[in-house]
This record gives sequence, C-alpha cells and structure tokens, in this order.
Amino acid sequence: MKFGVVRFPGSCDDVDALLAAERVGEAELLWHQDRDLHGVDAVVIPGGFSYGDYLRCGAIARFAPVMESVAEFAREGGLVLGICNGFQVLCEAGLLPGALLPNISLRFVFRQVWLDVADPDTAFTESSGGRGRVLSIPVKHTTGRYYSPEPVHVVLRYAAGENPNGSQDDIAGVCNEQGNVFGLMPHPEHAVDPLTGSTDGLTIFESMRAHVGDTISV
Amino acid sequence: MRARILVRPKAGILDPQGQAVQRALPALGFEGVGGVRIGRLIELDVEDPSQLPAMCERLLVNPLIEDYEIVPEHICAGDEAVQT
Repeated sequence: MKFGVVRFPGSCDDVDALLAAERVGEAELLWHQDRDLHGVDAVVIPGGFSYGDYLRCGAIARFAPVMESVAEFAREGGLVLGICNGFQVLCEAGLLPGALLPNISLRFVFRQVWLDVADPDTAFTESSGGRGRVLSIPVKHTTGRYYSPEPVHVVLRYAAGENPNGSQDDIAGVCNEQGNVFGLMPHPEHAVDPLTGSTDGLTIFESMRAHVGDTISV
Repeated sequence: MRARILVRPKAGILDPQGQAVQRALPALGFEGVGGVRIGRLIELDVEDPSQLPAMCERLLVNPLIEDYEIVPEHICAGDEAVQT
C-alpha cells in the first residue's frame, strides 16, 4: 500500500502527512507539476496555503497539472484524502460538494477538537472503532466553515459544543457519493503519536490501508 | 478593454466581515446603517470581453457561494469621472 502526498507551492503539512502515512504503509511526495501519480494506491492532498491561497483557498491549486491526474484517479475509484487546504482544493475542483467559508469568528482557530464519527462504514473510517466513537484531532484554520446548499454525505461532525468555525450542521468532513473522496478540516496527520496527545488521526490512514488491502485481495 | 467584476457573497450566505463592519460603524457615530455585505472587486484588461462570464464561472468566482456582476467599460469610465 503506497500513499502519494501532493506538494504544492505553499503546502506546509505535506511532510507530516507523509510521516503519518508511513506509519501504516509506504509513502512518497507527488509534485504539483507532475501528472504522473507514480502508481500510488491512495492520494493525500495536504494542508497549507497552496499557491498562497490567492483569490480563494484552493482556487488556483485545483488547476495544477497533478490535479488532472488526481481527478482521473478519483473517477476510477481511487482513494483521495483532502486535509484542511486539501479539503478546500477538492471542493474547488468539484470532487467534493460544498465550499469552505471564513470562520464565523473571522479568527484563526487552533485547538484539539472532539469529532463524532457520523459514518463509520466509509473507506476512511472503517478502522475508527464504529458508530459512537469520538476522535480527538486538532484543527488549525481560518477558512473552515463548511457550507453546502445540497444534502451531503457527512463522515465526521464536530461533537456537541466543539464546532470551531460555524460549520453547517457541525460538519467536519464529507465524502463524495461514491465514497472514495473524503475531505476534512481537522488534521489527522497531527494526531498520530502519543507524544502529541492523541493517535486518533491514525485511524483515518489505517482505514484507507485496510480498504485498499481489501480491494487488492478481492 | 478595461473590465470590472464585482463579486458578492450570495444572498443567504452569512457574511461575518459585513456584520463586524456593521457593528463598528455605529461605534463611530454613524447611525442607521444596515445590510452590510463585503465582497471583492476584480479589475482587468481583456481583449475579448465575451470571455468574461467563462472566466468568472471557471476561476474568478465560486458560483456556489458568490454572485458576480460584470460592469461594462463605459460605466467604469463614468465612475472614474465621478470619483474625482
């Protein structure tokens, strides 16, 4: 199982995502101008400020050459995980429904939050411990207020009282209809070592590994 | 031609920037202000203005959360005269 982590100019959580993925499998960086996904089994679009987040967060990055390949990979059913800025990129690219708006507070928020696993049966949560499980994972963003005019497939919700940004229906993470593209504002790659207080983020990467493993063995 | 594109948060989208400004104005003694909404102004030189709507739909605007208005050149020019 090999993860590919995309690096845009302005990405800043690419190395943490790489290290997190390496805890459950192999991982390598993918360059934003390289259309070749190097045969990876899953793609991670990491957090940061791709292309400076000019115009709107993720608006420029979605046109990067690598994103054409990521879109094709997603159409063929490949697993794509977008974290924070990566979530914004996937929404801008139309690979996920909805959009991310500035936090209601207009402030940068940076704290550990509790997340309810709204759907424990996705490729990204099947190793999370089941329905009712709560995950402790940090958020750090200024533009994380999720909005969608249409009903969406909610995977993670901020637990009661935890919503850090005014997100609609406490939505923290959503997936596409096919269930193979997932975006979330919290940072699972920052919650993979007991040293930093929680390893709950690892369950996202473990779920992806388990899912890809199942697919390969079938 | 010179074109001007006004980008606004869609009706119904909460605009905390607008709300903050609306709260700030009375504090400065400006009463009777409501409905403050803050958007974005994009100005550009364009050879083929018929491409402007496509530019807006594909990049300049996120139609899910924003509305846009393309202001024609002659109105832009009129604005400048008034601004002096």
